Amino acid sequence: MRRAVIAFTAFLGGLVFLLSSPAWADGEALKGTLQNQGQPVNGVKISVAGEDGKPVGDATTGSDGKWEVPVPEAGTYKVTLDQSTLPQGVGLKFKDRATLNVQVYEGSERNVLFALAPAGQQGGGAAQSSSDSSSFWDRVAQLTFEGFNLGLIIALAAMGLSLVFGTTGLTNFAHGELLTFGAMCAYFFNVVLGIPLVLAAVISVVIGGVFGYTQDRFFWGVLRKRGSSLVAMMIISIGLALFLRYVFLFFFGGEGAPFADYNAQPGIQVGPISAAPKNFIAMGIELAVLVIVGLALLKTRVGKAARAVADNPALAASSGINVDGVIRIIWTVGGAVASLAGVMLGLSQNVSYQMGFQILLLVFAGVTLGGLGTAFGALVGSIVVGLFIQLSTVVVPTELKTVGALLVLILVMLFRPQGILGRRERIG
Amino acid sequence: MDWNTIFVTTVKASIGLETVVYALAAIGVNIQFGYAGLLNFGQAAFLGVAAYGMAVTVATFHLPFWLGILIGLAATIVLAFLLGIPTLRLRADYLAIVTIAAAEIVRLIFRSVKFSSVFGGSDGRQNFSGDFFAMNPYSPGTYGIGPISFNERVTWVLTVGWVLIAIACGLVYLLMKSPWGRVLKAIREDEDAVRSLGKNVFSYKMQALVLGGVVGCLGGFLFALGQASVQPDLFSTEFTFYAYTIVILGGAARVFSPVVGAAIFWVLLVFVGNTLSEAVSAGLLPSLFTVNNIGAVRFMLVGLGLMLLLIFRPQGIFGDKREIALDAR
Repeated sequence: MRRAVIAFTAFLGGLVFLLSSPAWADGEALKGTLQNQGQPVNGVKISVAGEDGKPVGDATTGSDGKWEVPVPEAGTYKVTLDQSTLPQGVGLKFKDRATLNVQVYEGSERNVLFALAPAGQQGGGAAQSSSDSSSFWDRVAQLTFEGFNLGLIIALAAMGLSLVFGTTGLTNFAHGELLTFGAMCAYFFNVVLGIPLVLAAVISVVIGGVFGYTQDRFFWGVLRKRGSSLVAMMIISIGLALFLRYVFLFFFGGEGAPFADYNAQPGIQVGPISAAPKNFIAMGIELAVLVIVGLALLKTRVGKAARAVADNPALAASSGINVDGVIRIIWTVGGAVASLAGVMLGLSQNVSYQMGFQILLLVFAGVTLGGLGTAFGALVGSIVVGLFIQLSTVVVPTELKTVGALLVLILVMLFRPQGILGRRERIG
Repeated sequence: MDWNTIFVTTVKASIGLETVVYALAAIGVNIQFGYAGLLNFGQAAFLGVAAYGMAVTVATFHLPFWLGILIGLAATIVLAFLLGIPTLRLRADYLAIVTIAAAEIVRLIFRSVKFSSVFGGSDGRQNFSGDFFAMNPYSPGTYGIGPISFNERVTWVLTVGWVLIAIACGLVYLLMKSPWGRVLKAIREDEDAVRSLGKNVFSYKMQALVLGGVVGCLGGFLFALGQASVQPDLFSTEFTFYAYTIVILGGAARVFSPVVGAAIFWVLLVFVGNTLSEAVSAGLLPSLFTVNNIGAVRFMLVGLGLMLLLIFRPQGIFGDKREIALDAR
């Protein structure tokens, strides 16, 4: 999965990555955004010198972590980060990369990337081994936290996917676009119209629900009535996914962009875990929604009906359940929850037109791991996938952590195709 | 509006490199999906391992070109076995998810920094096509009719490509007339019935997967050679989806439909793309459309076309409705 997932990996792995602003530059300049664990780092001095060592200028990062040094002409420059000005507990990820040689081209601003990491996680330095035993467990704790964060987002997305599969048998490749849709709606209300993100998120969840309902009412429901086969519908969902993805690209453009709010939240330290308050709140909301949906499935009449339809549509219909009505409710709730997942995903990475597609395979991994068609299996499977992805970075390079998760997906197929909570007769 | 340019590029697209590559990939998909009913959504990975197998052998390890081709073929066959063994006993949608995941794994490994000394990261590999173009029998110059002509390098790639397509079509024609092909089609219709007749369904499916992969991987070689470079993102999942669109457009389970489908697909894509961008620069469209986002419109149309085809004409142009594998579950 492309650029943004690589960016996402970098983000979660505690690297710095630079948000390229779409502003066009008049003159040549060097700029960047200094971040540690996704949070901006301010007050760090960065100096720029010409190739001959003659100083050109310096800058100090602002509260948003941004810095910029205009340079007189195109050419090669030495950019040095003053390590003594870094805040306590933050260090360069690679100690020998405090000075970078950077080429600036005619008429363009050049982004410079300094990778930061919490002290004790750096590579390439001799100081690394001094506090390794405690920092290792700190790192595991941090990664577990991030894994839960990712896992809960996947679980939100997986809930709808799994229920739709259970009730209609449709493997919906356009489910990722429901997430993108939610994030795009929230982005529109938050950034374009200037509504606070919390309100924008609520609106986008409502719109997501309407979108889910509409899809089933006017598209999938009609196809089911026509008697389209499941494989045909699966390929139709691919067509729909392609169509929606390029509609998003058309209106949104190819670049990722963050929401207007909660971008530059300073991180807080809870035990060994450091994260922005928004992450804790987001996880709380995700957990609450999952519990509410889960309880609704267990306790309410509609929830029981939904599980009955997922179990055996024909039997459910013959015992008086309105199967189409239940499916419509599932699509509505699935759309709303996917929308929320999209907003949460947009909060922890950037909003981009490919975000939903990029996480879709992880959602599939979660759903199959838990057992296709089971609501709670999807929850368990997704969290396992999220945890696995983050914790695997202890041994695997960050850029390859998705590979591990997808390999697990294939291994599950091999040894337990019905998943953790699924039952054997589901596979044919 | 420069209709002349639009016309020339569109006609060139009908026999151009993309058409050749997608036709070969689609012939492979047609064997797997059209005839055997296997939903292999990882066709891009087959082309990818073949192209990279050849490129890495030649560019990274400086070994002969033909050894590179052999290694590319071997890599494709190994990938087919790796994918097939766990999934061919499972239901169709499981195979779909596993193959799409495998294709992403392959692409992520190709573009990873960790293995960039071998695969070249996101820049891929260059400098491996020298031996191929050294075999070029065409002397320098342009070949074609009037403005619709190609230089000697493109002509050579296209010649090889269309010869390979002809061979692949002939092979598919003969195979599907043979008892082997009839068993394959029977598996698509009713696996259990074939099993009860004592046929080894798993083995037949595996043969179809390998054969489709090998035919597709020829497209991978040509893609790499025609561009004289390989990049990981050429082999994204969307490549596979376009190949499926081509097969369904032409009509699944027909010998020539992937070829005709590929030509129509690329003619439409190039024609729509060029017409739209000419219309934008001539100021004929509302200001909502710009040079930057106009490219998205034609892929929207691909998605829309795929949906409409499956809803209203699942048999495509040449297909037979009774012979479509869409009921496999």
